[in-house]
Amino acid sequence: MSVELRGITKSFGDLVANDGIDLRVETGEIHAILGENGAGKSTLMNILYGLLSPDSGQILVDEQPVTISEPSDALAAGIGMVHQHFMLIPVFTVAENIVLGHEKVKGLGVLELDQARAEITRISQDFNFDVDPDAIVETLPVGIQQRVEVIRALIYNAKVLILDEPTAVLTPQETDELLQVMKNLKKRGTSIIFITHKLREVQAAADRITIIRRGKVVGTALPSATQEELAAQMVGRPVDLTLTKKPAVIGSNVLSISNLRVIDNTGRELLHSVSLDVRAGEIVAVAGVQGNGQSELARAILNLEEHVSGKILIDGKNIVGETVRNSLHSGIAFIPESREIDGLISSFSLAENLILDTYNLPPNASRLLMSPDKISKEATKRIAEFDIRSQGASELVSSLSGGNKQKVVLARELSRPVKVVVASQPTRGLDVGSIEFVHEKIVQERDAGRAVLLFSTELDEVFALADRIAVMYRGTIIDIVPASISRSDLGLLMAGIKPKVNS
Amino acid sequence: MSKIKKAIDDTFRSITLPFLAFFLAILSGGLLIAFSDPEIYKLWRSPLEFLGTGFTSAGQAYLALIQGSIFDVNLTSKNFLLGFYPLSETFVVAAPLILTGLSVTLAFRAGLFNIGAQGQFIFGAIGASYVGFHFILPPVIHAVAAILGAMLCAGLWGGLVGFLKARTGAHEVIVTIMLNYISVYFLLWLLSTQTFLRKGRQDPIAPPVNENAQLPKLFGMDYRINLGIFVALGVAYLIHILLLRTTWGFQFRAVGANTLAAKTAGMSVPFVLTSVMVISGALAGLGGAVQVLGSEYALTAGVAGSFGFDAITVALLGRAKPLGTVLAALLFGALRAGGLTMQANTTTPIDIVLVIQALVVLFIAAPAVVRAIFRLKNVKSGTDMAAKGWNG
Repeated sequence: MSVELRGITKSFGDLVANDGIDLRVETGEIHAILGENGAGKSTLMNILYGLLSPDSGQILVDEQPVTISEPSDALAAGIGMVHQHFMLIPVFTVAENIVLGHEKVKGLGVLELDQARAEITRISQDFNFDVDPDAIVETLPVGIQQRVEVIRALIYNAKVLILDEPTAVLTPQETDELLQVMKNLKKRGTSIIFITHKLREVQAAADRITIIRRGKVVGTALPSATQEELAAQMVGRPVDLTLTKKPAVIGSNVLSISNLRVIDNTGRELLHSVSLDVRAGEIVAVAGVQGNGQSELARAILNLEEHVSGKILIDGKNIVGETVRNSLHSGIAFIPESREIDGLISSFSLAENLILDTYNLPPNASRLLMSPDKISKEATKRIAEFDIRSQGASELVSSLSGGNKQKVVLARELSRPVKVVVASQPTRGLDVGSIEFVHEKIVQERDAGRAVLLFSTELDEVFALADRIAVMYRGTIIDIVPASISRSDLGLLMAGIKPKVNS
Repeated sequence: MSKIKKAIDDTFRSITLPFLAFFLAILSGGLLIAFSDPEIYKLWRSPLEFLGTGFTSAGQAYLALIQGSIFDVNLTSKNFLLGFYPLSETFVVAAPLILTGLSVTLAFRAGLFNIGAQGQFIFGAIGASYVGFHFILPPVIHAVAAILGAMLCAGLWGGLVGFLKARTGAHEVIVTIMLNYISVYFLLWLLSTQTFLRKGRQDPIAPPVNENAQLPKLFGMDYRINLGIFVALGVAYLIHILLLRTTWGFQFRAVGANTLAAKTAGMSVPFVLTSVMVISGALAGLGGAVQVLGSEYALTAGVAGSFGFDAITVALLGRAKPLGTVLAALLFGALRAGGLTMQANTTTPIDIVLVIQALVVLFIAAPAVVRAIFRLKNVKSGTDMAAKGWNG
């Protein structure tokens, strides 16, 4: 089944999210849609799936115009979607989730599930999925949950499957498996629209690539194109994907964590016996699938976690049990996981955000009184130094772009006298240009002799920056390896499997 | 140039909604007044007379409202200045309202919805009254002591809320509502004790406060207006400075706007919650002191009226800004003072004032209605405050 979008335009207020987009997906084709965050990929797919209605434009299925005004229309037309955030009810079984919205009942209102079970087993065997129809969804690994979504689409006869950023939550191994599943589906004639911003996956799986920038189709490409070519089209200018890094000049131990244990309020163990040293002048990247304790470790270093035992030494001084403020001032720069949630105050001005952790220190304040003139003068300096695109120090942070917001966080944290930089997912959701900037800054910090602890779920980022890699799995660091480790070995470690030979 | 223009634009946008909401409330109030006059129903056969009568009764009511709150020509026969007596009454009512309004405003800026200004006002009134009648001190010192006593009692009472929230996570809305009940009955009990019972009286009224503790009148004995209004305006200015120019205010605003970011930046959230509620309580208590020492001169069971509850409306109308709160409190003071005259001079009951107040809040909390009526875009909405309180 082929799908064609003609002249799709959609605006939200002044923002044109999709501007006359034309797209054709052939039968049995894996068609990747590549674009930066905010380029309009999700808007386009939500239109195709009936979650949004376009201002103008036409959708054709097998050359016939169709009207899709809600998801059920899309399903009826043979279009299914697997969302980035799964639409599953965690406490229901697989079968229950699959019949959801199409329930059939036997007498007395008892749910008829046998047919669904049979179908699930059939599809599961067909594609080698290994999904138990009676398993509770929340007990399944993320990769399997995603398959449940795929099965759901297939059961309702989807001939065109939209996968929205499907690999964001997967381990490298799960990603490979998913790419294989996509190829199997393709063999049976299912068309796949694959949305992503990861160049490697596009090259591995796609038959054709459509690149979207600022709501417009800027070109199509074949998977044989180089990553640089793809990135340049995506960003609109040449991009250097390889970060040049001098050899590390390693100094003494600055951050030393030993036997760190963190439990939550209910006594559940979030981290156990974490030990890690970070030396001056090196970047240690903490790799791992999201949710294996990385956030807790980062927060624990700043004493944001409540029940912590073990030791965190900064230059030999234990800071466990200190206040957050003292931890920061003992020499830690902290780039939190999500700038909007705990990094910035969006209703505050740029200048105010730049002093969030130094507002009470000179020159920002003398005793109780703040010094607005000095604060705004300092802010103007930082804005120039970190190239923060804004209308000035008094502009509200809420009106900045994601990249510029992150620059505000960096400008604040890296302008203090610090010895250790703890950066959690510092490039999450940023465009390529901003990622380059953040990476350069982090390397600069390393070269200036600071100990850098980087938390990242993006393997490309880990390999680009790390001097050593610590792998987290289920609340602890299962191994610390040199940055020369192979991608597949690192992938195995992230899944909790130690390769036999450790280089 | 563009900066000034932007500032003016911003101001204009942020006052548009409260102004239009008030205008709509007055308009709907007018309709209510017109239809509450039984005479009008006899005239429905003749549309002209019907409209005429409606306009007349609404007009008369609002005229009386102005006469009771700003200027009354009828009072000028002896002395022209006496015509401003109603305005002085507006200030008398507004003074405690400004202070309780500031109490709610300050707490709100730190992300707390202080419904407890009423109870804190009562504790302030108790403190002011006790220091006022129990001790004998020289002038000025006695008044200052009574005010401090009031702020101490109310500050502790308010601080309790912040402490409970900081330590146990108890929601301040629930806690303050419950503490309001406790305050009311504590006051009633207190007024039945020997210490607080006025000699020779059986009804709940405390001994009068010592003359030295009373706030001085500004324009002689003919007017009730006293130093309280200047106290209130001065405190409003201080709160403005506190919020915008001090490190404390910065922390308050940071915690109010994004608690997680404030915490991550090293601010102590428990300290902020507790200290904000202490100050907030002390402000409401100061309101109680102004009422007792400035106009009532004695503690009674009904001393708090509805100052603590109107404070929420005032803060809402004033968009949680000190200047806005002052203006809103003056407006409400005028409505209250004028309402009495309106009730006396026309057939319109003072309750219509309550309806107008309620409508103001309604229109502010539902800005979509106002926008739809006036076909506006680009007006700053007030719902952030009205809606945020619960979740905070």
